[in-house]
Amino acid sequence: MHIDIDEIAKTFGGTTALLPVSLNIPSGALVALLGPSGSGKTTLLRILGGLEFPTSGRVLFNGQDATGLTVQERRAGFVFQSYALFRHMTVFDNIAYGLRARPRGQRPNKAEITRRVTKLLDLIQLPDIAGRYPTQLSGGQRQRVALARALAIEPRMLLLDEPFGALDAKVRKELRQGLRDIHDETGLTTVFVTHDQDEAMELADLVVVMSMGRIEQIGKPGDIRAKPATEFVRDFISA
Amino acid sequence: MSDTTLPTFRAATEEAPFLRIALIGIAVAGLAVLVFAPLAVVFGEALREGWLAAVESLGHRDARSAIWLTLTITAIAVPLNAAFGIAAAWFITKFDFRGKAFLITLIDLPFSVSPVVAGLCIVLLFGANSAIGGWMVAQGWPIVFAIPGIVLATVFVTFPFVARELIPVMIEQGRAEEEAALTLGASGWRTFRTVTLPNIRWALLYGTLLCTARAMGEFGAVAVVSGKIRGQTATMPITIEMLYNEYLSVAAFSMAALLTALALVTLLLKTLLELRHADQLAAIRRH
Repeated sequence: MHIDIDEIAKTFGGTTALLPVSLNIPSGALVALLGPSGSGKTTLLRILGGLEFPTSGRVLFNGQDATGLTVQERRAGFVFQSYALFRHMTVFDNIAYGLRARPRGQRPNKAEITRRVTKLLDLIQLPDIAGRYPTQLSGGQRQRVALARALAIEPRMLLLDEPFGALDAKVRKELRQGLRDIHDETGLTTVFVTHDQDEAMELADLVVVMSMGRIEQIGKPGDIRAKPATEFVRDFISA
Repeated sequence: MSDTTLPTFRAATEEAPFLRIALIGIAVAGLAVLVFAPLAVVFGEALREGWLAAVESLGHRDARSAIWLTLTITAIAVPLNAAFGIAAAWFITKFDFRGKAFLITLIDLPFSVSPVVAGLCIVLLFGANSAIGGWMVAQGWPIVFAIPGIVLATVFVTFPFVARELIPVMIEQGRAEEEAALTLGASGWRTFRTVTLPNIRWALLYGTLLCTARAMGEFGAVAVVSGKIRGQTATMPITIEMLYNEYLSVAAFSMAALLTALALVTLLLKTLLELRHADQLAAIRRH
């Protein structure tokens, strides 16, 4: 699914989080929103997922206006910064949550849910943790469970908010490859937010550099490195 | 600790033995004087003339009516306040709006206002001489000196318990899990039922139990609005006071013992639930 962001702006009370920004995300791309904190990248991600609504502008999914769609109607697989796993549910129940929340007519039966959850656990290479609780998992495992939970709803796109933020350096490297593999396998249009330029440059097909609520540059990692468009981008990627 | 050849070092948070003994002693003495002694006196006085006299006094028509009234009021007031408390806590923790701090202060108001004053306010607002009260009396539904007034007074006095327990828990948990449920396609109600409620259930239980204990024991506000009509609007605490003033000591203390026992049962219930779900509690708190 390709996503078009058309002059999206967002203000909270009196403060401006996003100036009008526009961005076209081709179908199947892996896109990084890169910028320091307060640059508006998370706000933009949450607007895509339907967790915030823009003050003005439009979002289009496959050319169709999706601005008014509710968070449930968006069907965006969302991975939260600290994963937001349901702490009172097992890993199995966490992953099955989205399937069980479907309206009765579209809800898979028990056997089908078990089959799908098992398949997702295999995909994230943690086949044996179905019965555990989130508190019994390591940070890396939690992140992968959150990813599996987001994938379970057969999302139209994958949105990740600082997916590697809470992990140590070694696990971070491993999981980067994991995300790349999952992206390539599912072919989902994927947008992730990061403040780590290495992460963005290494992982993404397209990097969107943001600062102070505006987009500074959009480009392939190589192009951004070779030709930074503004002083800010030059500073940020050399840091 | 077992190695005696080394000089004895104390952990930084550990105190000298004499200080420890002194502190424990003060705590035990305080508990004995303030908690155990009154409890013992209440039950002792009730049973002074034997079990039979105590039970007989509780079987009296007015006593039965008081017990029934108190249980009814509690059964109405506690669910109301649980619902109000959840709604208030939800509103305060999940949304940002102006005047939030003011609203939190307002929720605490019943703690700071004297129950007698609260009772007087209800009489002024809903008494037979007020517009609303007069109309209600004309319809045959008096509020003051009747059960609705007692419910109102009890709800007011016990209002903060549930909300106060829930607000810190819900603030600490944030909104992320609920947002996650929404992105996974759950409706607002389903999110509340399957994510919010399970996460707050222990706080909700504590709040409800405290609220129950307080609702059964409320005296001041109820004394003003009930009119203390024997057999009709006299709750257990009111009846205890009336019996005591009439020098019916065994009857007064039997009723008091029963009220205390009801409170103790709620505490016992809480402890049992905690024991039964100890592993679950630990899993939530380790987070």
